[in-house]
Amino acid sequence: MLDLQGYEASILSGSWVTLQVALLSLLLAMLLGIVGAMSKLSSFAPLRWLATAYTTVIRGIPDLILMMLIFFGGQLFINDFSANTNEWLNDYFSQQNPQHEWTSYLPDYIDVSPFFAGIATIGFIFGAYMAETFRGAIIAVDKGQLEAARAYGMSQWQVFHRVMFPQMMRHALPGFGNNWLVLLKTTALVSIIGLEDMVKAAGDAGGSTQMPFTFYFIVALIFLFFTAISTTLLKRAEQKYAIVTR
Amino acid sequence: MNAIGQWLMQFEYVQLLQQEWPLYLEGMWTTFWLVALSLFLGLFIAVPAGIMRNSSQAKWRLPAWAFIYFFRGTPLLIQLFLIYYGAGQFLGGADSWQVTQVDNPSAWQQIVLVLQSVWFSLCGYIWHWLQEAWFCALLAFTLNTGAYTAEIVRGSINTMPVGEIEAAKAFGMNQVKIMSRIILPSAFRRALPAYSNEVIFMLHGSALAGVVTIVDLTGAARIVNSRYYAPFEAFITAGLLYMLMTFVIVYVFKLWEKRWHKHLKPLQV
Repeated sequence: MLDLQGYEASILSGSWVTLQVALLSLLLAMLLGIVGAMSKLSSFAPLRWLATAYTTVIRGIPDLILMMLIFFGGQLFINDFSANTNEWLNDYFSQQNPQHEWTSYLPDYIDVSPFFAGIATIGFIFGAYMAETFRGAIIAVDKGQLEAARAYGMSQWQVFHRVMFPQMMRHALPGFGNNWLVLLKTTALVSIIGLEDMVKAAGDAGGSTQMPFTFYFIVALIFLFFTAISTTLLKRAEQKYAIVTR
Repeated sequence: MNAIGQWLMQFEYVQLLQQEWPLYLEGMWTTFWLVALSLFLGLFIAVPAGIMRNSSQAKWRLPAWAFIYFFRGTPLLIQLFLIYYGAGQFLGGADSWQVTQVDNPSAWQQIVLVLQSVWFSLCGYIWHWLQEAWFCALLAFTLNTGAYTAEIVRGSINTMPVGEIEAAKAFGMNQVKIMSRIILPSAFRRALPAYSNEVIFMLHGSALAGVVTIVDLTGAARIVNSRYYAPFEAFITAGLLYMLMTFVIVYVFKLWEKRWHKHLKPLQV
């Protein structure tokens, strides 16, 4: 059953694409998550509202819809924007100077690559989930300890990385781990917007060899392999930040 | 009223909605019954699998573990594709498979031929269903939610207070009675908040049905997008309708929790 008929390489390079998309969107999600969590805890109300709107809307809409919206809509938006800008700049310059020739200041057509659209979408979606996780973790750290650290004369940075961060990680890791596992599985969706990840590779291979089950099953096993590694690493990290109990 | 209508009609989006609302409604209905049916059928997988997963005997525990591990560890999209595209690899054309022709079969061969024809008609019947996209989606969603819910059931069985089970044993209840009268009612109650999350996940996961030609809410949005090349209008409308459905689910579960967790409410003084 596991005769891949020469498609090993394409599945393997597809799995590398999947891994890249997953890791890069994780990075984006963490950045957005930290910003989101800070905004949700901020004392500036409009920032709080904005962050709340972000997390509520994202978590209420399926990933696939958001991905299609950003991929198809983003394409349209970027091209409309550059066309309008070109029009406007050219109008302005030809009023100034009648001899002005039409120039494309921004490219006339930008092709949004599914790779970046995928990363942007997945990062944007999971940023909302990360924001909730980080917010919970920050709240869980005892305020008195931060005040005590300030009273000892620690700088803002020292308070963060000596007191806040180690304790925050303890509370954030389980939620972070869950988010990562869900994110990893969500990357399968980028094949729908045309990225050559391992799901697409398996689809092509399965189509031409008439063995779709075999190839999708192999992709499923690769996903299980990724999840198994992640679970092991996360367990190790959780042990590292675990509370030392007597 | 008419004036407002006329004023609204100047917006292209309103015109689009006026043209396409039946499609969105149809899609919403498909999404609703697909999710509701797979959640309902999933429970019949989840409860036995969750109980088996907790068993002390490996012959029960391991199959349940493998099932839960596979369906929770792989993307729903892959599961759907395994069924929708993968079934044909083994069952393709099963409805026209012919029983082997044998001249003057012996008694033994006749038995084999009967078994073969039963097997072929069974395969043909399964293949007949698996050619329907909605059936594949329903099957994939049911297995998926079954695995996730099994884990929830297992978790809430594990947090069962030992004293209650000991008390039930002391009353002379047998295993089945303890499970059906003591453990499961209490476990369901504790599983409710986690289960509401699973329902919302399933609603969002069901968007994948739109990928395999089903006209659910996502499928409707894709059709509208391809008709008008209007990705914002098409997908934002679908997104808002999904959000609406999410909020309704959250609201219903809140009511349900109020009912089932009445005993946990603080005393009204």
